Amino acid sequence: MRLLNASGCLDALTAPEAVRELDAYVTKTVTPLARGGNSPVRIAETEVGMLNAIGLANPGIEAFVEEHLPRLARLGVPIWVSVGGFTVDDYVRVSERLDGFPEVSTLELNLSCPNVDEVPENVGEVVAAVRAVTAKPLYAKLSPAVADVTQTARAAEAAGADGLSLVNTIRGLALHERTLRPLLARGAGGLSGPALRPIALAAVHTCRRATELPIVGMGGVATGRHALELLAAGATDLAIGTAFFSDPGSTTRIRCELAAELATLGFANPDNAVGATHEPEGPTLDRGSSVDGEKYLHTTANMEG
Amino acid sequence: MLRRERRSVLGVEAVGPYTLLRVARGGLDPGTPGQFFMLEAPGRLLPRPMSVCLAPPGELGFLIDPVGSGTRALCGLGAGDRLGILGPLGNGFRLDVERPVLVGGGIGVAPFPYLSERLGAPAPAAVLGFRSAWHAEAAELVPNAEVVLEPTYVTDVMPAGHDVLACGPAPMLEAVRRLAARAQLAWEAPMACGYGACYGCAVEIDGELKRLCVEGPVLAAA
Repeated sequence: MRLLNASGCLDALTAPEAVRELDAYVTKTVTPLARGGNSPVRIAETEVGMLNAIGLANPGIEAFVEEHLPRLARLGVPIWVSVGGFTVDDYVRVSERLDGFPEVSTLELNLSCPNVDEVPENVGEVVAAVRAVTAKPLYAKLSPAVADVTQTARAAEAAGADGLSLVNTIRGLALHERTLRPLLARGAGGLSGPALRPIALAAVHTCRRATELPIVGMGGVATGRHALELLAAGATDLAIGTAFFSDPGSTTRIRCELAAELATLGFANPDNAVGATHEPEGPTLDRGSSVDGEKYLHTTANMEG
Repeated sequence: MLRRERRSVLGVEAVGPYTLLRVARGGLDPGTPGQFFMLEAPGRLLPRPMSVCLAPPGELGFLIDPVGSGTRALCGLGAGDRLGILGPLGNGFRLDVERPVLVGGGIGVAPFPYLSERLGAPAPAAVLGFRSAWHAEAAELVPNAEVVLEPTYVTDVMPAGHDVLACGPAPMLEAVRRLAARAQLAWEAPMACGYGACYGCAVEIDGELKRLCVEGPVLAAA
């Protein structure tokens, strides 16, 4: 199990010490050309999470490889580059350019930006096209805002993806207290934080059954318990996003809390908890010994209560 | 090193419609005037950026206008409550100025008590604009201040030939920069993180987007 940051939730150049606590660093999404992003206001808080409409602000692939990548490589943390675009060719262009850089460990295809068509056919098309130009591990970052996320996940798997990143934000709207106008200049934005957590859990849970791919689980992870639940649902790795905004030290805190949660439930390490939700006998409080029927019932009752 | 600390509230005082939140400093550097701290707002997902208003020994004071859910939650804190605090962050005012004048509007006067203190004696002149006499009670925190109330604007009475250090609503800052090209302006924007992670606080200035938490909040007018 590795702990990563969700793309766009940590800047390695302004918070290098926070990045060094991670097992791998995921960049903000890089597109072929530089983008300033959306006009302000770009973020808003709601009762259940935060909205952002940053708009894929990034320096463009050429400035990224020339100016940013050398500085990122010096951090000594594996670098995942989030790749974005508006056409299949955009993804190919960025991925092809990154293929020759050994300091880039993995490409994460941001296939779920609100500006990009999200139909499964398109996901498969993008993944297949990128697969043809790079040997690097490819993770497909998917939106949970589809009728059936397993369909998209299977399309990515069939097209040659090596893993899934689940989930991206979901579009939401927040209004000003008095003017009743949208708080964000763009109107709607991507909802992250606590509201996304059960949605992420469901997506990870269902994709774990539908594909063989490893899954980076993300969406509202703010505590060790949240991390444990995503692992149990089937995530093999985890990413922290919105939690960084209130505390740059979230990685180490969540790692410590997760260790305590695992110990309480008798898991020797995080990897042992992966997929626990799917085990036919269900979780028990005393792993390693034979399943105690009474204890199992008791645990189940607690979970339902 | 970016590390969120936990500190106790020492006291909460009303200043006109605003609230002065006094927090135990406990080893935190108050930073340069104009720099800010992210304060955990009880019950809210995101912390709120607040510039340092006062920095007496052992304390950090923040002047807060309860305009939204987060600022109202902060104003509802009481002595002994604890909160997460991260900072100081961003770039403050340059203090190497010869003839400073502080120009502020409304809650924009928040960093001026500490700024005035750090600029040293004699206290620099300050021109402060408010929408009412009640709001203008905040001017009592700023030495050597001239107060104007709407419909008079600070730009109507701002002295010429000074080094302007300004903080206030965006239209006021735009008006100030038209009159004083060498002014230092402290801008504000909603922020999620305060340390460059979220790109939420980018504002467009002269057609260029700047992250206020990293490149600001104090920027040169020209």
